[in-house]
Amino acid sequence: MKNQLIRRKAIFTAAFLLVFLFSGLSFYRSRHLKEPVVAGDGLLEVRKLSHYFPGLRGRINDASVYILGKGTTGSADGAALVLGGSHAEEPAGRLAAWLLVENARLERGRLFVILSANPSASTSTRPGGAYPPDYEIPTPWGRQKFRQGDRWSNPLDQWPDPEVYIHYPSRQQLAYMDIRNQNRTWPGRPDGTMTEKTCYAMTQLIIKEKIDLVIDLHEAELQYPVISTIVAHQKGEDLAALASMMISGEEGFNIGVEYSPVALRGLSHREIGDHTQAIPLLLETPEPFLDATRGRTDRALLLTGKDEFVMKAGRHGLLFEKLDENGWPIDVRVGRHLSSIIQIFKVWTELHPERPIQMENVPRYAEVIARGTGFYLKNPDLAPAGRLFYE
Amino acid sequence: MAAFITFLYYLMVAFFAACFIWNFRRSRNWQSEVLYLIVLLPFLLRLFRLK
Repeated sequence: MKNQLIRRKAIFTAAFLLVFLFSGLSFYRSRHLKEPVVAGDGLLEVRKLSHYFPGLRGRINDASVYILGKGTTGSADGAALVLGGSHAEEPAGRLAAWLLVENARLERGRLFVILSANPSASTSTRPGGAYPPDYEIPTPWGRQKFRQGDRWSNPLDQWPDPEVYIHYPSRQQLAYMDIRNQNRTWPGRPDGTMTEKTCYAMTQLIIKEKIDLVIDLHEAELQYPVISTIVAHQKGEDLAALASMMISGEEGFNIGVEYSPVALRGLSHREIGDHTQAIPLLLETPEPFLDATRGRTDRALLLTGKDEFVMKAGRHGLLFEKLDENGWPIDVRVGRHLSSIIQIFKVWTELHPERPIQMENVPRYAEVIARGTGFYLKNPDLAPAGRLFYE
Repeated sequence: MAAFITFLYYLMVAFFAACFIWNFRRSRNWQSEVLYLIVLLPFLLRLFRLK
């Protein structure tokens, strides 16, 4: 009897260790996946966010800042900052930023790109959301793997959450988990949480580098009214309206303009405009993967944007953006972001010829759809010396 | 303050993980044994900072 008991416990223990090792290894590999970045000819320098705020040094959110330009980093021309991965579960933003770093050439001005504005959020997925840990983009040289990520910083890096999150400095009360939301903690503070410190470091970057424009790349569920749009601070209303017209006229898709609500605090399009000299714009593309009524939450849904249940919601008039059997493929979403950035820079330069930002060699909407996002990703095995980085 | 609370939190996770292992060892009922191991899994994943 005793031997039988010992044998049973041994079998259970072995089965438990197997499950623990399997799941633990899966989570460990996902959290530590290295994503290669092959910087293009336009790269001047890669800095860390701690360059602007030493309080982030050694933390997971000490993100890389890719500086693109021509000649030196201290030009009198215009300067823009593009943020990918503020919400890591919105992959079109990260991928569009990736294509900028790997392809863009600046004829005038400087471009600062952060591929993972909240690196911690890229290392976890939503509890209970059944998210895939990663996804792959097909390229001419193979497949490149990216972390899926979540909307909020990983609880392993910032814990505990308060009962109510009180935003600094407005003291507006927000949902408790949004203290880990990169787009609710602007402008940040030096003695705050890790996510607040990250925003503070980026605010310092914007001020010290005299950034003129900040473009924060996002995606939205189709049941959310702020979608397929440019959200603009009041300082950037003219710029956003003109860019929207240019995009609709020249790029082959429509994008609207929303104005940043004055009473909604912590968001990039509100706080950057209020606390720095820069004009913040936030771009939204449709991502059915985020809709609450979605079906199976897998890599296919993430990359194709096809979901019969979200489509059914559309037939009942519950969506703010169209969805048909073509879905919202990742190439369409990445292309929309890139063409929007191109047109925003073009309009900015026309409005402010004394602070020009002229960028070339970035694929537009039609090109990304025709050739695929992966066509513009560089092979890390063939990267020139000093051009290969990891996120 | 947050670092101190985090430290206490991990102490608590370790304590409960130890309780589950102790109960698993003492149990004579196979269903309870399975239950203790299932509940133990997320505690260990957090304790080892895997999830």
